[in-house]
Amino acid sequence: MKFRLASSPHQHIRRDTGQVMRLVILAMIPGVLLQTWFFGWGTVIQIGLAVVTAVVTEAAILELRKRDFERALKDYSAVLTAMLLAVSIPPFAPWWVVVIGTFFAICIVKQLYGGLGFNVFNPAMAAYVMLLVSFPVQMTQWLPPVNLAQYSHNFMDALQAVFTGFSVEGFSLAQLKTGIDGVTMATPLDTVKTSLSQGFTYSETIERPIFDSVIPGLGVASSWISLGYLIGGLYLLKQKVINWHIPTSMLAALFICALIMSLVDSDLYPSSIFHLFNGSIIIGAFFIATDPVSASTTNKGRIIFGAAIGIWVYLIREWGGYPDAIAFAVLIMNMAVPLIDYYTRPRTYGHTSTKRKTKNKAQS
Amino acid sequence: MPNNYDDIIEKLDNNQLWDFPGGVFPAERKTLSNQTPIGKLPIPERLFVTVKQHIGVEGHLIVEVGQKVLKGQALTKSMNPFAVPIHAPTSGEVAAIQKHVSAHPSGLPEMTVEIISDQQDKWIQLNPLIDYQSQPKIKVLAAICDAGISGMGGAGFPTHIKSSPKKDVDFLIINGIECEPYITSDDRLMREHAWQIRQGIDVLCHLLKPKQVLIGIENNKPEAIEAMQVACRENPNYRICSVPTKYPAGGEKQLIQVLTNREVPAKGLPMDVGIIMHNVGTCFAISDAVFSGKPLISRVVTVTGEAVEKPSNLWALIGSPVAHLLAHSDYNPKLQKQPNVIMGGPMMGFNVINDKVPVIKTTNCILAPTDTEISSNNEQACIRCSACADACPVSLLPQQLFWHSKAKELDKAQDYNLFDCIECGACAYVCPSEIPLVHYYRIAKSEIRVEQEEKQKSDKARERFEKREARLIAEQHARDEKHRLAAEARKQAMESKGNNAKDKIAAALARAKAKKQAVNIEEETSVSKADLANDVIEAAAPNETTEASATQPTTKVASSNQRVQAAIARAKAKKAAAEAATSNVEVEVPSEVEVEVEVEVEKNNDKVSESIKTETQSKNQSVNAKEPAPHAAKPEPLKPESASSESVSEVTATKTATIAASKKARIAAAVAKAKAKREAQKAAETEQTSKEAPLAEVEDPKTDSSQEPVKTQEQQIDMKKRKIAAAVAKAKAKKAAEKADKSS
Amino acid sequence: MSLGFAILTALLAIGLLALIFGSILGFAAVKFKVESDPLVEQIDHILPQTQCGQCGYPGCKPYAQAIADGDEINKCPPGGDATIKKLADLMGVEAKSLDSAHGTEDVKKVAFIREDECIGCTKCIQACPVDAILGAAKQMHTVITDECTGCDLCVDPCPVDCIDMLPVKDSASSWRWDINTIPIKQVG
Repeated sequence: MKFRLASSPHQHIRRDTGQVMRLVILAMIPGVLLQTWFFGWGTVIQIGLAVVTAVVTEAAILELRKRDFERALKDYSAVLTAMLLAVSIPPFAPWWVVVIGTFFAICIVKQLYGGLGFNVFNPAMAAYVMLLVSFPVQMTQWLPPVNLAQYSHNFMDALQAVFTGFSVEGFSLAQLKTGIDGVTMATPLDTVKTSLSQGFTYSETIERPIFDSVIPGLGVASSWISLGYLIGGLYLLKQKVINWHIPTSMLAALFICALIMSLVDSDLYPSSIFHLFNGSIIIGAFFIATDPVSASTTNKGRIIFGAAIGIWVYLIREWGGYPDAIAFAVLIMNMAVPLIDYYTRPRTYGHTSTKRKTKNKAQS
Repeated sequence: MPNNYDDIIEKLDNNQLWDFPGGVFPAERKTLSNQTPIGKLPIPERLFVTVKQHIGVEGHLIVEVGQKVLKGQALTKSMNPFAVPIHAPTSGEVAAIQKHVSAHPSGLPEMTVEIISDQQDKWIQLNPLIDYQSQPKIKVLAAICDAGISGMGGAGFPTHIKSSPKKDVDFLIINGIECEPYITSDDRLMREHAWQIRQGIDVLCHLLKPKQVLIGIENNKPEAIEAMQVACRENPNYRICSVPTKYPAGGEKQLIQVLTNREVPAKGLPMDVGIIMHNVGTCFAISDAVFSGKPLISRVVTVTGEAVEKPSNLWALIGSPVAHLLAHSDYNPKLQKQPNVIMGGPMMGFNVINDKVPVIKTTNCILAPTDTEISSNNEQACIRCSACADACPVSLLPQQLFWHSKAKELDKAQDYNLFDCIECGACAYVCPSEIPLVHYYRIAKSEIRVEQEEKQKSDKARERFEKREARLIAEQHARDEKHRLAAEARKQAMESKGNNAKDKIAAALARAKAKKQAVNIEEETSVSKADLANDVIEAAAPNETTEASATQPTTKVASSNQRVQAAIARAKAKKAAAEAATSNVEVEVPSEVEVEVEVEVEKNNDKVSESIKTETQSKNQSVNAKEPAPHAAKPEPLKPESASSESVSEVTATKTATIAASKKARIAAAVAKAKAKREAQKAAETEQTSKEAPLAEVEDPKTDSSQEPVKTQEQQIDMKKRKIAAAVAKAKAKKAAEKADKSS
Repeated sequence: MSLGFAILTALLAIGLLALIFGSILGFAAVKFKVESDPLVEQIDHILPQTQCGQCGYPGCKPYAQAIADGDEINKCPPGGDATIKKLADLMGVEAKSLDSAHGTEDVKKVAFIREDECIGCTKCIQACPVDAILGAAKQMHTVITDECTGCDLCVDPCPVDCIDMLPVKDSASSWRWDINTIPIKQVG
């Protein structure tokens, strides 16, 4: 009988790509639960829609590409992309928004680049930006947190709202957006941005009900949700699914930028804590920027990559046209990854410096 | 040097070590085999001693097949400094010296001495060198070299070369790490033979004079550490270092980094940073060689894995087939879907291609795992998680290397320091997509090596080509120059004689005469040449005839069975020729053969002709019939005008074998040949493109037949003549073919 | 007047800029000049140097010259696709498949003379482009295997057809790790 022939090593650690992805999905659960708690069932509906679209799209395209789609689906990467996109979308956004977004993420951003491992951009973020640019109204209709909303809504309301634009009782999205004070609610970042541009100071702005949180200055909902994702992120760190470099450097960079600016003028520039715990910074740092495929792969490179994202986020938040900036920052840095990787190669054992010297020699 | 000697010693004094980046922690599984003492493996019936078992060059064999050898007798020797000899592992007889499957991942056959054991196990006279300290170093080195010792840890570098450095040695590091899972041969060796290992270290110290000896042992082997500590108690200069368990701490470069924080420069040797490293097994072998004169003919091999019932360590003779070791350890192949035996550990070992692979000097483990112990490769796409980069002990970027290796961008892979990869397998071990990364690197490395070789070769070819061109041009110039000079000389001569018109005329006449003469001579020579050629052709044919006729008596004498075979063979050849030929040629050439064959058949026996007609009968003989095929085809080119004339010539030749007869035959043959040629030309003119092939085929066997042993004296004399004739005939055939080519 | 002045200023400014940029470019061209072999040399280094003439030129160098002068890059069967790819990279053109009119890519071979049939005519020696055949008139010839490029050119001149082209054998050192049982599948 023929002997088995294989190349060494003959042993493997028992953690495959699917497991890694499942761990990440698992780590998202606390955040998702909190988000559902604060923004209603819409989030869950969006996730459901996104996951179904993602899996169907992935399977269809792999079939077209004549690849083994069953095996590829088992790696759960499409599900993870779908979830990341779904939690970034307003819970009551029309159903077609998330469907188009997910299709774009899987088909255009991922598969057309060659599938898992070959995509240059983070699929979820690329899709998010596409949606934000194409459907700005639908993509910014965030509801007020449940405890601040004038009208409460249940699962059926959410379902109806997503598919028809009206809740069961016939409230429109605009009505649902109304806060308890009868004023249409905006997200904390929006609120700060608009009020600062209207001439209010930062300290005046955070007196509003949406900032009525444990720590003054934090959005009620977003601080809790951020905390949920933080727990998940720490779990991932502990499980060694992600490295510390990107989250740490990104949060640190944002923190430092905000600190410097708030020291310069605390009336115009929100505090570091405000920046860290509002918007999607935490989920961005632990779940989005750490997407291995589109992030830098060297340790030094990861630090640069994370820090640059942090700086971009701050720049866009403070001086850009959009209230939040994770998606833009991540995409910008995705483009820089090959360059970063090239210049941050670790020194190989036995070499006096990185490859630069021999490179020059080769050229001359 | 940033890591100077004193700093290192100070840190070691504080029981501190360094670390290397990356590394993995695979399940150790060492308790499977390290619980029992090293057992003795019975002498196998046959031993397969591979001639080359180390890095360097092999010696040339000094034994012959059938020679009796004693245990420990050298089988090869060489004057090359990079050669180490091999020795007979036991007494017995050299059964064969041939290629045998090798202990290499490719399993490609390599030259091997096969020894049948006589079970006496009788030693050759041994010459220990007990007073080595009073001997010159060169003598000790020679003893080590003659004992056939090469590194036993993995690579198999000749030990005597490593032991004669040209620089001062700061550290002699003894590698007792054994970081691969499952393997415990060094562990058991240190536990049981610590004293001898220390003696080996003593010898090395005598040779190397290191400032400090560091013995690195992983901290998962407390018994070995203790045993070595006891053995080295009297030498304050010997320091046992307990190294934290992490794969691949036992790699040469990694161990140097852990113990001294020095780094071996890329493409350099440990000696470049004042370090020499030897394996504990090598130390043991050195002490064996020096103190008892025994060459390296056996080593400790761990036989382990869950597919063997009795995993243990064994003293195995070099050359024992893997099957012998497995049988002794009660290997149960039923536990594996497909036989799966790994030589070496699970991280760096390779699958043997069958169980006849012999144990060599670097074999430390035979691993027979069950299907659940090892993983199948189920490759998925790389997600660039860079877990591999985190695991890499030499800080490479395996994901980039993989990318470039897979895309065959070899220069870019080299740019990412592909050749610094030590193939430890840590990257592939942690890869969540189960990509066989190391396999890709190996392929890329071998391709780069082949490419470099080809590059070198093509450079050499270019140089030779250019030199040749230059030479040809120079020759041309020289010729031109000569001609020019000659012309000038003539011109001058003419000018000087120019005033004398008579002379001129006379000279012209003389020239014309000379020219005429030259032409005549040329013509003559060409005529004679043609004659000669004709003679040669004539000579060619008769020789074949004589040979054919010479075979005739033997055929007659031989049993009819042989004749039948010959006849069948002829018939077959005919058939083949007929098949090969296109319709046109088929009519011409083979028909004669058929006639001839039939004539012969008639001459021989009626039975024979029957057997030809009934092919079914001769089926069982067809195998034999292949042999006389050239005989069958041989008479073909004769192509006699009539079958009878041929047979007449043959008969006469057979009976008398006189020159006269052969002359007759010659004439007949020549006629036949001429005819054949005419026919060939005719055939060519009919623009049948494919007929050249059958013609060539018709000619080819003739040359074969011309080389066959001849019986009569006369033929022997004619040998050379015939060869030339055959050659000329061939040339003619070729020319004809060319002509045909052109015309078609 | 002011209009004329404005035009003058503009012209001056543009002229000055052109001067500055021109000098920068000129300086850069000198300072960062890339030393490189002439094109023919580079092409010649890519070609396999079998000197077989299958491309229709009497050797690799003439073919290199021809490529530099605009000939097709796909006429070299011994180099095969790898060489064509490298040439395409160098010349900045599209890689094509091998022109089958010039032959097909084959395994690497070397010439071998059946020595007992050799008649010592020296024709092969004259044909060998790299002087890889040893011998003298009426003496047996032999091929220096290490020097043979496998160009095939000695086979035709041999009047007795005693030269064979034998494939180069695989050895453990040239083994390319082709363990074919490892399933390396493509996945999305």
